[in-house]
Amino acid sequence: MSVVTEVSPDGQKLTISIKGRFDFAKHQAFRESYEHLHPKPDFFEVNLKDATYLDSSALGMLLLLRDHAGGENAEIRLTHANTDVRKILAISNFEQIFDVV
Amino acid sequence: MSVVQPMFETLTILIAEDSAADRMLLSSIVRRQGHEVLTASNGAQAVEAFRQQRPQLVLMDAMMPVMDGFEAARQIKALAGETLVPIIFLTSLSESEALARCLEAGGDDFLAKPYNQVILAAKIKAMDRLRRLQATVLEQRDQIARHHDYLLNEQRVAKAVFDKVAHSGCLNAPNIRYLQSPYALFNGDLLLAAFTPAGDMHVLLGDFTGHGLPAAVGAMPLAEVFYGMTAKGYGLAETLREMNAKLKRILPVDMFCCATLLNLSFQRGSVEVWNGGMPDGYLHSVASNERTPLKSRYLPLGVLSPHAFDDRTEVYPMAVGDRVFLLSDGVIDTCDANEHLFGVERLQQVFAANCDPQRLFEEIEQALRDFRGEARDDVSMVEVSLLQAAQLTLPAPVYSDSGQSCPLDWSVSFEFRAATLKRFNPLPYLLQLLLEVHGLRGQSGALYSVLAELYSNALEHGVLGLDSSLKRDACGFARYYQERNVRLEALQEGYVRVHLQVVPKEEGGRLTVRVEDSGKGFDVERVMARPVDGIRLSGRGVSLIRQLGRNANWSDDGRTACVEFFWDALA
Repeated sequence: MSVVTEVSPDGQKLTISIKGRFDFAKHQAFRESYEHLHPKPDFFEVNLKDATYLDSSALGMLLLLRDHAGGENAEIRLTHANTDVRKILAISNFEQIFDVV
Repeated sequence: MSVVQPMFETLTILIAEDSAADRMLLSSIVRRQGHEVLTASNGAQAVEAFRQQRPQLVLMDAMMPVMDGFEAARQIKALAGETLVPIIFLTSLSESEALARCLEAGGDDFLAKPYNQVILAAKIKAMDRLRRLQATVLEQRDQIARHHDYLLNEQRVAKAVFDKVAHSGCLNAPNIRYLQSPYALFNGDLLLAAFTPAGDMHVLLGDFTGHGLPAAVGAMPLAEVFYGMTAKGYGLAETLREMNAKLKRILPVDMFCCATLLNLSFQRGSVEVWNGGMPDGYLHSVASNERTPLKSRYLPLGVLSPHAFDDRTEVYPMAVGDRVFLLSDGVIDTCDANEHLFGVERLQQVFAANCDPQRLFEEIEQALRDFRGEARDDVSMVEVSLLQAAQLTLPAPVYSDSGQSCPLDWSVSFEFRAATLKRFNPLPYLLQLLLEVHGLRGQSGALYSVLAELYSNALEHGVLGLDSSLKRDACGFARYYQERNVRLEALQEGYVRVHLQVVPKEEGGRLTVRVEDSGKGFDVERVMARPVDGIRLSGRGVSLIRQLGRNANWSDDGRTACVEFFWDALA
């Protein structure tokens, strides 16, 4: 699976791991990974350790997740991004609305 | 493909067999299996029967008089064209070479004599499956082709409409060079340029998320805001705020537009930049041969809500001949066969190797081809150079009213206080008001330039107390504008007053503009003693005002500026 999800035992945190190219092909899987969780987790982490590339539709998907998680109050961490992916996040200044660590 | 095909379909089957006994035997077997039968006793008859009645499947004897089965098979296949008409050879031949010939001639299978009914039925069924598969493939191929044509036509129409909007600007100005795929719009790329009333040039290179129609739909409203606000004299900050708010309102959450917006001022010799999400642009200084990166500092348009949007811009000095180069992410995101990105370093190597600026685009394209092995069609590049203000001819504004209701004897006063000065740009309103006076329309550019200078002097040197001598060199120039933003943000009190007075005078009239500010004023005599027009970066405003307006004078220790415009009888 190129999109793997893991909910913490207390149900408060969702970790979504992306493998390979993060682009429109993962749209469906990415949305399904968080849309049907009840109760809605308070914290979200997108693990980009195995993401090789990220295009603008992936940035759009991250915005959808942010919207789902509460918009401006959302707490979303983008973790373990490689250098190329970090560059893309930096150019689009997504660090201003996501916690890139 | 609109209905589900039944599992069994009655076929019309042509049996070509020269032996009457065999022909009858085969016919009765096939009929008993539920099919319709046509018969022929040689190849020529078979071809003719096929031509007239188009059977769906053929059972063909190899050896026949007049025309043998091989030739008949070739002719039938040719007549059938793309439709699959399976031909099963009936043969008593047993050597493999002869059997192979059956298939080479276009046969799809063969059946050895004497006939085995069960095998014959199975083969007819199998061939029928193949035949229907082929028909489905053809139908779907044609459907895709129709949809594709339809889509291309839609794109052509959409593009034609869009071009009317997009090219209402000044992309053809002599200082702009650009390279864009004709269908860049459908890659989400957008390039716009327009003159402000004062003769500055606004340029936008944008890149919407995604491809195709979704990427193109946001372009139209964005272009409208860009052209509308630029023509009215709004600055970058107001235009950006409006574009962001509009896109945020109309686009779905996952769509946004990366954009770089420029304001080139030919009179001031400067460029103002805002970059949200685009790759670095470059300001190339001819004198030093240095390239200053114009970095993305903000989120793309359409992501943040209006109250969180950051419209701060940066200002750099530009000399005549200096160039600003912008590009879309198609350039640095080009991948080679191993998924390596072209990247910024390779782009900078192309810059470094470039000798003739006129060939920069071609050299970048060549580098991309060498890297990737083929050209990409979603690469946009634009280069804007600074010319002498006089080298550009501004398009004459178009007015739609008749002039019958032109106001000729009036005055009005405004006072803009701190909270307003922070966010609001009154110049477009003032200009619009003044252009109700027909006699002033011929000098709208000069009028706007003078208003803009008077207003920014009153705000920056008066209310904010900034020292224009800071702008003496490039480094101070940037500091000046940073400081301007900081002080404006912290502004608590102060005002700028604008008084406009229009009086008729013989056949024409006179406009008096008086601008007052709450600042400390300046040493009027010392500033006026300077020669008109220097090449310094600082203090340009005053000489510009003295050149473009009449009877410019400063009073109240420099806190009040006054300038007049005259017009004669209208033709």
